[in-house]
Amino acid sequence: MLSLIVFLPIIAGLIILAVPSSQKQIIRIVSLLAALAQGVLAVLIWRDYNPALPGITAGPGGSPLGSFQFVERLPWINLDLAGFGPLNIEYFLGVDGISVTMVILTALVSTIGVLSSWTIQKQVKGYFILYNLLASAMMGCFVALDFFLFYVFWEVMLLPMYFLIGIWGGPNREYAAIKFFLYTLFGSVFMLLVMIGLYFSVTDPVTGNHTFSLVAMATQSNFIKDSILGPNNVMWRYVSFIVLFIGFAIKVPMFPFHTWLPDAHVEAPTPISVILAGVLLKLGTYGMIRINFPIFPEVFQAGMYVIGIFGAINIIYGALCALAQQDLKKMVAYSSISHMGYVLLGLSAGNSEGMVGALYQMFNHGTITAMLFLLVGVIYDRAHTRQIDKFGGLASYMPHYAAFVTVAWFASLGLPGLSGFISEALVFVGAFSSVTTRYIAMVSVLGIVFGAAYLLWSLQRMFLGQRKPDAAYDLIADEDGHEHIHFHDWKGKIDLDGRELAMLVPLLIITVVLGVYPMPVLGMLTSSINKLVEVLSPVVLSQL
Amino acid sequence: MFELPTGAEIQSIIASLEVSVGCFIPEIYLSLLFMLLIVVDLVAKGRKNSLLAISTLVGLAGSFFFIYQQQCLPGGEFFFGMYVLDEFALFFKYFFVLSGIFAVILTMADEQFEAEVKSMGEYYALIVSMVIGMVMMASSADLIMIFLSMELVSFSAYILTGYFKRNPRSSEAALKYLVYGAVSSGLMVYGFSLIYGLTGETNLIKIGAVLAAQGNEHSLVLMLSSLLIIAGFGYKIGAVPFHFWSPDVYEGAPTPVTAYLSVASKAAGVALLMRFFSIAIPHAPSAQTGIDWVMILLALSVGSMIYGNVVALWQKNVKRMLAYSSIAHAGYLLLGIIVMGKFGTQATLFYLLSYFLMNFGAFYVVILIANKTGSEHLDDYRGLGKKMPLAAAALTVFLVSLVGLPPTLGFIGKLMIFSALLDKGSLYLWLALIGIMTSVISLYYYMLIPLNMYLRESSQSDGKEMNPGIFAQVLMAVLMFLTLYFGLFFTPLSDISKYGSAMFGITLH
Repeated sequence: MLSLIVFLPIIAGLIILAVPSSQKQIIRIVSLLAALAQGVLAVLIWRDYNPALPGITAGPGGSPLGSFQFVERLPWINLDLAGFGPLNIEYFLGVDGISVTMVILTALVSTIGVLSSWTIQKQVKGYFILYNLLASAMMGCFVALDFFLFYVFWEVMLLPMYFLIGIWGGPNREYAAIKFFLYTLFGSVFMLLVMIGLYFSVTDPVTGNHTFSLVAMATQSNFIKDSILGPNNVMWRYVSFIVLFIGFAIKVPMFPFHTWLPDAHVEAPTPISVILAGVLLKLGTYGMIRINFPIFPEVFQAGMYVIGIFGAINIIYGALCALAQQDLKKMVAYSSISHMGYVLLGLSAGNSEGMVGALYQMFNHGTITAMLFLLVGVIYDRAHTRQIDKFGGLASYMPHYAAFVTVAWFASLGLPGLSGFISEALVFVGAFSSVTTRYIAMVSVLGIVFGAAYLLWSLQRMFLGQRKPDAAYDLIADEDGHEHIHFHDWKGKIDLDGRELAMLVPLLIITVVLGVYPMPVLGMLTSSINKLVEVLSPVVLSQL
Repeated sequence: MFELPTGAEIQSIIASLEVSVGCFIPEIYLSLLFMLLIVVDLVAKGRKNSLLAISTLVGLAGSFFFIYQQQCLPGGEFFFGMYVLDEFALFFKYFFVLSGIFAVILTMADEQFEAEVKSMGEYYALIVSMVIGMVMMASSADLIMIFLSMELVSFSAYILTGYFKRNPRSSEAALKYLVYGAVSSGLMVYGFSLIYGLTGETNLIKIGAVLAAQGNEHSLVLMLSSLLIIAGFGYKIGAVPFHFWSPDVYEGAPTPVTAYLSVASKAAGVALLMRFFSIAIPHAPSAQTGIDWVMILLALSVGSMIYGNVVALWQKNVKRMLAYSSIAHAGYLLLGIIVMGKFGTQATLFYLLSYFLMNFGAFYVVILIANKTGSEHLDDYRGLGKKMPLAAAALTVFLVSLVGLPPTLGFIGKLMIFSALLDKGSLYLWLALIGIMTSVISLYYYMLIPLNMYLRESSQSDGKEMNPGIFAQVLMAVLMFLTLYFGLFFTPLSDISKYGSAMFGITLH
């Protein structure tokens, strides 16, 4: 099941390879079918997932499978290394509460992304092949439980993303694409070294061989005491934690590694922005939760408040930057930085409330930001500009669009009743109740105020009041004296069309439903998070 | 005065020669092939060049049979300790013959030869003679033999580099290659003479034994001679600071020769380096200086990785860029040698295999593109993503592999090397750090090629597809597929390199 959900897009990509490039519609439909099939599988996984099983570490009695679900475990590569012994790499997939929500999110956002890609006209075939490769790699990252496999998926994402920004992006795309590539690669090469170090330090309790299994690594008793990253080698464990953390923090992106994100977003086409903000950023925090924290729990305990401080910087700095932007898309990009800060803050609290909040925030940010970028794309398609000052009074002429924007903007600023509120509230509850992060949380609350400021201000400038003299559209009065809006070179429907509604409505429903009744997601998370908190708690650590 | 040997002694010498010749059949076969090719050239004068190329291909492929037969022979020294037969040597025999075959295939694909030279004449024979030389380099166990085989390789390479006689760049490259080669050979022979002075032996295994018995007595002299010898080997590998010839030679030489030099000649140097230092020179810091050959290699490796990758950033000619990248890859190869031990040797051999595939692949595509566009300049790669879709995709895969990103073979090569480094604990961690940092730098210049191919439009956009021919398409696709396939399922290559890591007379492990 997991293999299928991972490799469906690649299969679609191979089919597309055989389709002549003039058959654009077939290419799009094949991609859409693959994405929809992924969605169906995600729903099946959601239905059959047993929320009582925690996952995270090895199961009772050191079971190497842990209590992961939908596990697929096959030997992949078995080598005999001269002078070292066997090298075993497994094809090991499985989900627990942390990854299952992300799997569902990825399937959802991938589907939305395909729909949003419908308007791509340039080199459609190449676009969808790369898109499907990217979709497979993202999904693979969330379900891989073998570090080697995870790393392969992680790196496979880079090249498609480079081309998707670089070929289909805006005017400054070359710079944005290579910047994205270099930043992420810089982060991930260190991960490679830590991965090798961990391999030398961890043995599988059943076979006695060294292993790349993340499940085995998350169980401290599997470490060899005096190995390079063993418990006795405190310094290298700290160094490894830090370089791994930086590798993931670049993806989040955490201040001061965030500068690639606004560039990438501004240049990327709308669907790629949606994928980037909706899924890729989550991989950073997911990596921290899956790899950094359980493998180096004592370093996490020591560094909680540092993570919290960086989270607070992200929240406030991101919001202040967003406040200063003229470009709507850049504003949304900075709001992403700000919102990912809440995730970091929640994680740094180290308690169940904070961590559940963080993961819930990851899910909600995925859906809400996807909506925000789609809405930015809608107006950019029509007006060919995203300058906030080039609009004004849009609400009278595009009422549906205005309604969606309003709801999405309010979800983003955390209005009660919408999903963003619950996750942010949980994050703050967690951060306040932890002694280490209490004061950090107090400062971070400012971020909500700034967040409300930039969102409401942009809403006001674009949708309320009158048309500005230098606006990006004209108003044409018909015989009855009603004024109609007119965009240059836009022949489609002025307000939202069917395809745009098909993308936005599901996201909107999810945002509202999860804002009122969050249990479908929270229920899956809780037992895993409790287990994680237990693994990370100082009491358990002191017994090691 | 020499005493005349007695009859019994002559008998025993003849007997041992007979045994030795039995272990020398592939080399004899290749030498016969070399002569045959000259004859074929004379007989078939004026007819199609492809006859020569095909006979070279068939001839080289035929040598696999004799090499394969050697696999069941017991390894050991023969020709009075001049020559050895072991798994390590066999690995390189296959490697060099295969690279000879690729050099021929690349030559057949390159249309520049038709424009530049009238007859292929001795070209293919020289490729074969270089194969012989390299095979002997990998099997030599004696200082004299090492020198002779290295010179055989060098002389063939000088002529091949200058094969475009009327092209000034090609001639300039050959002359530079010759001058640098002569100097470094001289230094190396001086190093050999010092070693001979210390030990009175020319056989590597005996040198190792004598030096081990001497302990630290002459470590300063030993250090100096190691340095001089590394100058000779380092020149073959193209490692900093013995790299000065390589950018000009790589740019000026015919592209198939460039590919051949960058893969095979480098591998021959690596083979010599590994055998020489694993067997002859003990690894222990000297009393006077506190450093030994590992330290020298460390400096070379770090220098090559940083210099090669950084200077490549400014290159606008693709061949020249690949030349600098090959300097950097020499640095990565040296990392594996520094580790020593079986794991390190296996990792180095594995890296050589991966380098073989991706570098020949990259040069092959460069040739095909140059056939159509007539240029190797980066700006002329614009818009190739549309005009030559398969070639552009294949080149992208090879370049990604050269960076060392999964799921390509190059990634596994780097993984092996870094694993071997980290297997030594935190001792070489900083080396691994430099290795990965420089590979991030390398991403930038390698990606310049896909950047031009895909992200930029061609200035003269006629938009026509250029078809390099069905054979080229298939070969490119196969090479690309192998690069990806072995990146995911690398057990066979790892087994081969493990097989090759067994060296005769080794005392280190």
